[in-house]
Amino acid sequence: MLSRTAGNLYWMGRYLERADFSARLIEATQRLAALPSSYGGASNAWESALAAACQTEGFAATGLVVDEHEVTEFLTLNAGNPSSIRSCLESARSNARAVRTALTEEGWEAINTAWLEVSRYGTHLSSRETLAQLIEYVKHAVAAFDGAANRTMLRGDAFWFINLGAAIERADNSARLLDVKYHLLLPRDEPVGGSLDYFQWTTILRTVSAMTAYRWVYNDSVKPWLVADLLILNRQIPRSLAACYDEILRHLDLLASHSGRRGPAHRLASAGHARLASGNIDAIFSQGLHEFLTQFIVDNNRLGEAIADQYLF
Amino acid sequence: MQALPAFDEMFGSGEGYGSRSDEGVTAAYRAIRQWLAESPHELMAARRAQAELFFRRIGITFAVYGDAQATERLIPFDIVPRIITRPEWQRLERGLKQRVAALNLFLADVYGKQEILKAGVVPAELVLMNPAYCLHMVGRQPPGGVWVHIAGIDLVRTGPDEFFVLEDNARTPSGVSYMLENREVMLKLVPDLFDRVKVAPVETYPEKLLETLASVSPRKQRGSHPTCVLLTPGQYNSAFYEHSFLADKLGIELVEGSDLFVRDDIVFMRTTEGPQRVDVIYRRLDDDFIDPLVFNPTSMLGVPGLMSAYAAGNVTLANAVGTGIADDKAIYSYMPEIVRFYTGEEPILANVPTWRCREPEALMYVLDHLPELVVKEVDGSGGYGMLVGPHAPKATIAAFAAKLKANPEKFIAQPTLALSTCPTATDGGIAARHVDLRPFVLTGADGVRIVPGGLTRVAMTAGSLVVNSSQGGGTKDTWIIDG
Repeated sequence: MLSRTAGNLYWMGRYLERADFSARLIEATQRLAALPSSYGGASNAWESALAAACQTEGFAATGLVVDEHEVTEFLTLNAGNPSSIRSCLESARSNARAVRTALTEEGWEAINTAWLEVSRYGTHLSSRETLAQLIEYVKHAVAAFDGAANRTMLRGDAFWFINLGAAIERADNSARLLDVKYHLLLPRDEPVGGSLDYFQWTTILRTVSAMTAYRWVYNDSVKPWLVADLLILNRQIPRSLAACYDEILRHLDLLASHSGRRGPAHRLASAGHARLASGNIDAIFSQGLHEFLTQFIVDNNRLGEAIADQYLF
Repeated sequence: MQALPAFDEMFGSGEGYGSRSDEGVTAAYRAIRQWLAESPHELMAARRAQAELFFRRIGITFAVYGDAQATERLIPFDIVPRIITRPEWQRLERGLKQRVAALNLFLADVYGKQEILKAGVVPAELVLMNPAYCLHMVGRQPPGGVWVHIAGIDLVRTGPDEFFVLEDNARTPSGVSYMLENREVMLKLVPDLFDRVKVAPVETYPEKLLETLASVSPRKQRGSHPTCVLLTPGQYNSAFYEHSFLADKLGIELVEGSDLFVRDDIVFMRTTEGPQRVDVIYRRLDDDFIDPLVFNPTSMLGVPGLMSAYAAGNVTLANAVGTGIADDKAIYSYMPEIVRFYTGEEPILANVPTWRCREPEALMYVLDHLPELVVKEVDGSGGYGMLVGPHAPKATIAAFAAKLKANPEKFIAQPTLALSTCPTATDGGIAARHVDLRPFVLTGADGVRIVPGGLTRVAMTAGSLVVNSSQGGGTKDTWIIDG
């Protein structure tokens, strides 16, 4: 496969994943911000959302005040923000178009339709209803692409590079989301200060659509260290760091089985995978959750660079 | 705007459209006429909307240069098919083969022994001093002796049996993706109609193109296929959709210049598994841009060293470099003589009578008759920079006359042909619109391949004769039918 094609597909996977994450993040934050403060409705909910989306600085540069309308518009339709949902879908579509041949007709149509639909919203949000529609649409569109790709694409380089990009991005997003709320996630021996933070924890779960999954996995009330355990180490949750590294390693192995060549990216991914496989949540808390997550984000970025180097894009 | 009395392919003349009777409907169009009669206006409108949706979703768009607002536009698609009967097509096919064979022989000759120039059939200075004559190709013969692998020949019709060649496209003709996609959309849109009318399939084009490309590979390997790629200027080119579409259907890599490099006169592409050798390049990039070391040095689109690899015989370019001399509009006027010279036969397809403005007498005639002529730049394309006399305001004609006097050798003139009309769905119902036809002719080392069909372009504005998509023209599916 052409290196340029591989690069385009990898980034297309990342952009789509990012768009999906932003949509879920906004949805969950909206829910949290709407709560009365006696239930933990936090006034800084939108600041946290910006931080989780890695957009604090980008937003500050616009000089706008942090409120629901400005932040949601910035994260969804702002054309100047390269990570807004609109920009992500535009970039994904542009990448897909440049490598049109690497996608199936269904895959391309899903992406093209997503961009056409979202571009119809323009660059300004008119109302909460519009936002709600947009969020639903984006989640649906990304799932539609995944479905189309999954059902129609050849199991080969093109498919693997898209999935690889998506998994790297997903790991990054999950880690950032946790890191923004790390001060709320306490080790098991800390006394839990009432249920005031309950809605903060469930916001995290909702953002990764794991609210129901939590109940199935732990059969327990929502406890902060279990939220951390779920999102970091539980392989059953597709957005957990461990599950992302399962994916990453699997797709790198598939690429290697095809070309017969392994390289630095394989070594870094294996090391990251092993750390998560052998880790336990108590050890992570004693090391410091924030330190653990920060290091994870750095390592994950390094892996992204190693993949680009190794496959020459 | 004066309407030309034109041959209508459904009624013979344009007068049947208002009436309800089927009198005068040609045999070819009987089923279509019946289908149109059965389809109320609303149904046609719904079908048109649906067709547009299909095209938009598939992403068949093209870019219009100089149009900042619509970098991606849909070419209007008309859902009424254009019909050509098999006997008509068979004659066209013979004519096309003859013409393209002559184009290939002409190119081999002007870059080789130059017999046609020595014989004085075509003025030597017209070829040798022509900007389209590529000095780098003098004395060279491409693999298999094929120069024009893919030709798009523009035909117009003026009567039941009168077809003319309006233009030869021997460089990088485009439009074949519309021929293929229009058929796919029609199959989805009006399956019933295909049940009533038996239409020759065009879907074998990609396979024939791949065979053609493989046949001219410079490396004959036993048991393995040559590596063919499609070289595109990139996604901002007006025909990018077509490039990606074709690469996909052919199952070959769609490469940009930066994906290729030349080492020791061998072309490689950069892949995730390291360099891979390339044998045949179906390039959709003009000569000027393919190698900055030889041609336009500022081009970022090409591949440095490509011409050297080509000269060494290690890679085949399709079409060959230098074919622009064959479809130059000044050479066009000599095509009947060129066909006779190389094939020893009378041309099956006629040329449109052409005045070469480089000749003083012709120039005088043209200047005197501008309001009734079409004047074109000899090296222009896409309908840019041309004058359609009957449709131009006086001031435009006067301005054009000045341009013409300043550089007469840059222009040719032709009578305004009454292009045939076909039934076309418009906002006001079914009406006659002018059309042309571009069939595609593939020439490999092992023979000529033509799929039965082509791209019908239609001027969507009433009375307009300009069918170019860059000027608002649309397309139709072209049906070669038995019967």
